[in-house]
Amino acid sequence: MRYVSQPVKKLDGMPIVKGKPLYTNDLAPNECLIVLALRSPYAYARIKSIDTSKAMLVKGVECVLTYKDVPHVRFTNAGQTYPECSAYDRLILDEYVRYVGDEVALVAANNEKAAQQALKMIKVEYEVLEPVLDYKKAVDNPTIVHNYDDYFMHIPSFNADNKRNIVVDGVEEHGDVEKEFAESEVIAEGEYEVQAQEQCMMESFRTYTYLDHMNRLVVVSSTQVPFHVRRSLARALQIPQSRIRVVKPRIGGGFGAKQTIVSEYYPAIVTLKTGKAAKMIYSRKETFSCSNSRHQMCIKVRVGADKEGNIHVIELDTLSNQGAYGEHGTTTIGLSGHKAIPLYNQARAHRFKYRGVYTNMMPAAAFRGYGATQGQFALESTVNKLAHMLDMDPLLLREKNMLRMGEIMPAYYNEPLNSSALDRCIQRGRDMIGWDEKYPCKEISPTKVRAVGMSISMQGSGISNVDTAGAEIKLNDDGFYTLKIGATDMGTGCDTSMTQIAAETLLADIDQFIVAGVDTDISPFDPGSYASSTTYVTGMAVYNAACDLKNKIITAGAKMMYPERFLDETDKVNPKKFYFDGNRVMEVSTGKTIALHDIAVHCAGTSDGNYLNGTGFYSSPVSPPPLMAGFVEIELDKETGKFDIVDYVGVVDCGTIINSNIVRGQTEGGICQGIGLAMYEDVQYDAKGRMMTDSFMQYKIPNRVDVKKIRVEFESSYEPTGPYGAKSIGEIVINTPGPAIAEAVYNACGVRVTSLPITPEKVKMGMMKNELEKQK
Amino acid sequence: MLVHIFINGEKRKVHCQPDAMLLEVLRDAGCKSVKCGCDTTNCGLCTVWLDGKPVLSCSVPAARVNERHVTTLEGIQDEAEAFGKYLVGEGAEQCGFCSPGLIMNVVAMKKELDHPTDDEIRHYLEGNLCRCTGYMGQMRAIRQYVDEEVEA
Amino acid sequence: MFTIREYAMPETLDEAYTILKSRKGNQILGGCAWLRLGKKRINIAVDLTKCGLDYIREDDEQIEIGAMTSYRSVETCDILKKYFNGVIADSVSSIIGTQFRNTVTVGGSVYGRFGFSDFLTPLLTLDTSVVLYKRGSISLETFMTMPYEKEIIEKIVIKKDGRKSSYQMFRNSRGDFPILNLAASRTEAGQWIVTVGARGPKAIRAEKTAAFLSDKLSQNALKAEDVEAVIQEAGEILVSEVTFTSNMRASAEYRRILGKVLLGKAVREVMAC
Repeated sequence: MRYVSQPVKKLDGMPIVKGKPLYTNDLAPNECLIVLALRSPYAYARIKSIDTSKAMLVKGVECVLTYKDVPHVRFTNAGQTYPECSAYDRLILDEYVRYVGDEVALVAANNEKAAQQALKMIKVEYEVLEPVLDYKKAVDNPTIVHNYDDYFMHIPSFNADNKRNIVVDGVEEHGDVEKEFAESEVIAEGEYEVQAQEQCMMESFRTYTYLDHMNRLVVVSSTQVPFHVRRSLARALQIPQSRIRVVKPRIGGGFGAKQTIVSEYYPAIVTLKTGKAAKMIYSRKETFSCSNSRHQMCIKVRVGADKEGNIHVIELDTLSNQGAYGEHGTTTIGLSGHKAIPLYNQARAHRFKYRGVYTNMMPAAAFRGYGATQGQFALESTVNKLAHMLDMDPLLLREKNMLRMGEIMPAYYNEPLNSSALDRCIQRGRDMIGWDEKYPCKEISPTKVRAVGMSISMQGSGISNVDTAGAEIKLNDDGFYTLKIGATDMGTGCDTSMTQIAAETLLADIDQFIVAGVDTDISPFDPGSYASSTTYVTGMAVYNAACDLKNKIITAGAKMMYPERFLDETDKVNPKKFYFDGNRVMEVSTGKTIALHDIAVHCAGTSDGNYLNGTGFYSSPVSPPPLMAGFVEIELDKETGKFDIVDYVGVVDCGTIINSNIVRGQTEGGICQGIGLAMYEDVQYDAKGRMMTDSFMQYKIPNRVDVKKIRVEFESSYEPTGPYGAKSIGEIVINTPGPAIAEAVYNACGVRVTSLPITPEKVKMGMMKNELEKQK
Repeated sequence: MLVHIFINGEKRKVHCQPDAMLLEVLRDAGCKSVKCGCDTTNCGLCTVWLDGKPVLSCSVPAARVNERHVTTLEGIQDEAEAFGKYLVGEGAEQCGFCSPGLIMNVVAMKKELDHPTDDEIRHYLEGNLCRCTGYMGQMRAIRQYVDEEVEA
Repeated sequence: MFTIREYAMPETLDEAYTILKSRKGNQILGGCAWLRLGKKRINIAVDLTKCGLDYIREDDEQIEIGAMTSYRSVETCDILKKYFNGVIADSVSSIIGTQFRNTVTVGGSVYGRFGFSDFLTPLLTLDTSVVLYKRGSISLETFMTMPYEKEIIEKIVIKKDGRKSSYQMFRNSRGDFPILNLAASRTEAGQWIVTVGARGPKAIRAEKTAAFLSDKLSQNALKAEDVEAVIQEAGEILVSEVTFTSNMRASAEYRRILGKVLLGKAVREVMAC
C-alpha cells in the first residue's frame, strides 16, 4: 500500500517544530479579559455569605461572578455522547464547595494583576463541613457530598444514589462462580490499589471566548471533545446549541484530561455577561489540583485454577474513588472488569462487583486506560502470583488461558474476538527481553540483582454501539481535496493518519489534501478523540467518505464522457465499466480517459456540474480489542530497595498499522506514562484534603534519565471491521508497566507491592518484613 | 519600567513591570514559541538563550536582561528546521508543546558538547520534560542530528 | 504571587548594600528560580548581576566562588573538578537540568539554606566560609544556624587543605529532590567530617559519627572486613545522633536505613582515595 503502514510525517510537523503560533493561547486576542477563579480552601463547605463589592472596585475589573449569577441547572462536565453516563451534579458555581480547589467565584479583569488583586478582595464566609476523605468509608457516611434533590442520572441501571454517596453500584455474573471456586485446587487472591494518576499534558487547560458579529458565542479551546463542549455549554449556560461555535486549534496533549470540560464554562459565562472576549489559562497548580485525574481504585481479586494451571473462575471487586463530581464514574469502573476479565477467556465463570463513591477530593475522570489500567494491574498481578503458586512459567500460564481468536467473550459484552496476534506478541517479547535466560532473576553483585517480569493487556477500539463519526471529503475546483473530520488531533497525529486512509482509498497523493481544523460550525459530527476511537471509528467514516467520493468522481467522469447516456437521474454508472486511478477516470472497454483536474473544473464551474462531496459515517456494533505483551528487566539495589529499568519491551497487536511513526510514538509514550504510574507518580493529600502533589516539583513524571530504554515492536493481525484492518493504539500502551514491574520486583527480592507507585521505600520495607518473618 | 533587550538580534524597547519575568515579556513581544509549562522550574518548556546559554525564561527577571541578548526559536529558524526535520521524521514532535524548549536546548548542546554520548545527551536535556513521546523518538532524532553534524 | 515595586541594578556592593538597607522590604535577588513560588512583596529588588560576582578562582590557599556564579559554572569548572574528588562540581550536576543550572546561583542557594540542598551538604564537610559584605567571613556551619539577615553574600571560600571527599545522594526519580544526602571528608591528619542533608530539617554535621570514624580508621593497614565493621557501627551512631524526619518523600525510618547505606558508600569511597 502507498500510505497505509508507512511512516508518513505528520502534516503539521514542521510548523510545530518551528514554533509557529498554533495553540490556544498563541491565538487569543490581546484584548481578552483575564478570567481567574477563587477556589475553596476547604474540602467541604457551604458559602454562608460572599461579598464581591470591594473586588469590583479594583481598577480594571470587569465582573465578579458567584453562584448567585449562574443558571441553576445541573449538568455534567464529562465529554460523553448524550445521554451521558455521568450524573448531572454540577453547576458553573455552586453554593457548596466540595473539594479544595472547587470554584467559589470568578473574576474577570483587563489584566492579570488586577484579577489577582480582586481575588483577594472577595470576602467569603464559609460554613465548614466535615469532609469525606477516605473513599473506603464514603458509603452511608454522615457527610453527604451531593445532598440535594435535583441530582439527575439518565441511566437508572447504574444505581446511583447521591444520598448514600454512591455513584454506581452493581454486580455482573457469568457461570457458577461459587461452584468453580469450591472446585478450584489453587486460589490466588489479593487486594490492589492504583493511585489517582495525573494526566500531565504539557499544555494546561485553556480556553478563550468571544461574541462574533452574529452575537454567537465562539469558544476556542484546547479540548478533545468540541461537540460535547458545545452541548454541555448550551445546557450549563441555558442558551441554544446553535448559538455556540467551538473551535479546536492545535492541542498540547490531552491523554483524557481534555475529554472533560474544565476551563470552558468560565470565560464563556464572562463573555456572555460582559459581551467581551475572555480567556482562562489554568496554572499548572490548577491543572494538578482543580481539574481531574485517573480514578483511584481498590480492587480485590480472586482467581481459581486447577493444578495444571487452567483458570476456571475470576472474581473482581472494584471500589472507585470518584472524588467530588461524577465525571466518567460509571464507565471507568466498568472497564476495570470488562477489559481485565476477558484476558482469561477460558475461565468458565466470573463475577464482577463494582461500586463508585463520592468523596471530597478532586474529581476523577478520564485518563488513558480508563479503568482498564487499574483492573489489569490487579488481575495481572494476581495471575503472576498464581504462576508462582503453581510453580509455572507465567508465559505458559497465559498461553493456556488467554483469549483466542474466534471466541465469544462473555465478560466483554459477548463480543467476538475477530483478530488476535497476542500469541505472537508474547513470543516476540520473550525473545527480545531474553526471558528464558533471565527469568526470574540473576544476582550481579552482592547488592544488585536483575529480574524480569511481564504482563499482557487489552483495550477496546471505540465504544461499541455508542461512538459515531462523520467524515467528509470535498473535491475542490483545482482537483485537490479537503478532508473534514470532527475527531481531534491532540498531537496524536490523527489529521495525518486520517488523510492517509483517504489518500489510500482515493489513490491520491497525500499533498493533494488539506485537513480542516475542527470547528463545530463546519466539521462533521464526531464525539471527539477518546476511548481509542479515532483510528477505528473515524477511520472507517473517512474510508466510507472516500469510497463515496470516488464513486461520485467516477460518475461525474462518465457523465462528462457520455453526457447523452446519463441524462436520466436514474442512470447508474457501472463501476465495472469505469475505473478511477487517482488521476483520471477511465472507461475500461475503450481506454478513454478524463483527468481528475478536468472533472473538478467541470463540476465546480459549469451549469451541468455537481458538488462533489463524499460523506461517510461509521458506528460499530463491536469494539475490537488491540492486544499487547509487556516485558521488563530491572536492576534492584537490595540495600535501598531502589530499582531501575534496564530494558522495557512492548509488543503490540493493533491490527494493521496505519502510520508506523505514530503507533511507535504512542506506544513508547504510553509505556513511559505507565512506568511513571508504576514507579514515581504519587498523589498525596494532607489530613484536611489539600493535594500536596500539585506541581512538577512534588509530582514526578519520568524524565529522560529515568527512562532510558523502551523497545517497541508490532505483530499485526487483520481486524475485518476496521479501516484496512486497523484497531486502536492510544490507550492499551499504558497498561502493562504496572503489573510487569511489580512482578519483576517480586522476582528480584520476593516483595509483592500491591499499591502503586512501587517506591524504593515500599520495596525495602517489604524486604525487611520478609527478613523478620524468616527469622521467626 | 523601560528595558532594552536584544531579542533575536533586534534591539527592542520593552515596557514592563519590575516583577515581569522574561517569559511573559517575550510572548508579549510576539515570540509565541516560548511556552509556560509549570511555574516551578521543572519542565524546560520556556527555555531560551541568554547571551547564548540556555536558561529558564520563567525565572529570569526581565529587568536583569537589560542590554543583553535573548534568542528564541523565532531567531533560529534554520536550526529549528535542521533539527526539526529529524524530530518530524521520527514522529517525535507529537503534541509539540515541549518542542520549542527542547530544540533550544538541543541546539545549545550541539554547540557546547563535542560528540556527546547518549548518557551525556540525556544529562544535558534532563530538564526538558515530555509527556507524549517517552523520550525514545526524541533521542533517535537527536542522535541523527548530532551524528549528521559530525559527518558534515 | 510575588511582587516587586522597584528594580535596582547597582554596580558596586557598597551601593547594593545601601539600597538593601534603605527600607524594609528591600531584598537581594539570587537566581530567582523559586521567587515565583512565594508570595513575597518586595519593595526594591536588588540585582547583583553587575557587581562582578560571577567567578570561580583559586590561589595557593583557597578556592573562591562568587555569589552570582551559576550552578552550571560550578558543575563544569575544571578547578572544582580537581579538588576534593570533584564533589562540589558533582553535587550540583543532578539538579533538574542544564537550563535550571544556568539560571540559579551559588549565592541564592547558600542564602536559602534549603534542607534539600545538594550543594551545601558536601561544602559542610570542607573548610568552607561564607563571606558577607558587612560581617565578613563566617564559617558555613555557623552561617547555617544564623537567622535570615539582610546581608549580601559576596562569595564562598573553600580552603584547599587536601581533604578527600565523597558525596552520596539518594533520589527516586532523577528529576526530584534527594530523599537523603550525605557527604564525608577526611583531612590529611585523618580527621573525618560527616554531614547529612535532605533529612527533613537543614543539613547538619554528624559529630559523633565523624569522631568515631576518625578514631577507628586512623590506624594503617586495616583489613577490608575491619573497615566494614567500623562502617556498621558508625551507621548505628549516625542514626542515633542525627534526627531524621518523615515527609511526603519518605519516612524517618526509611531515611535511617538510607543514612547507613550512604555513609558506607561515602566512607568506602574516601578510603579508596
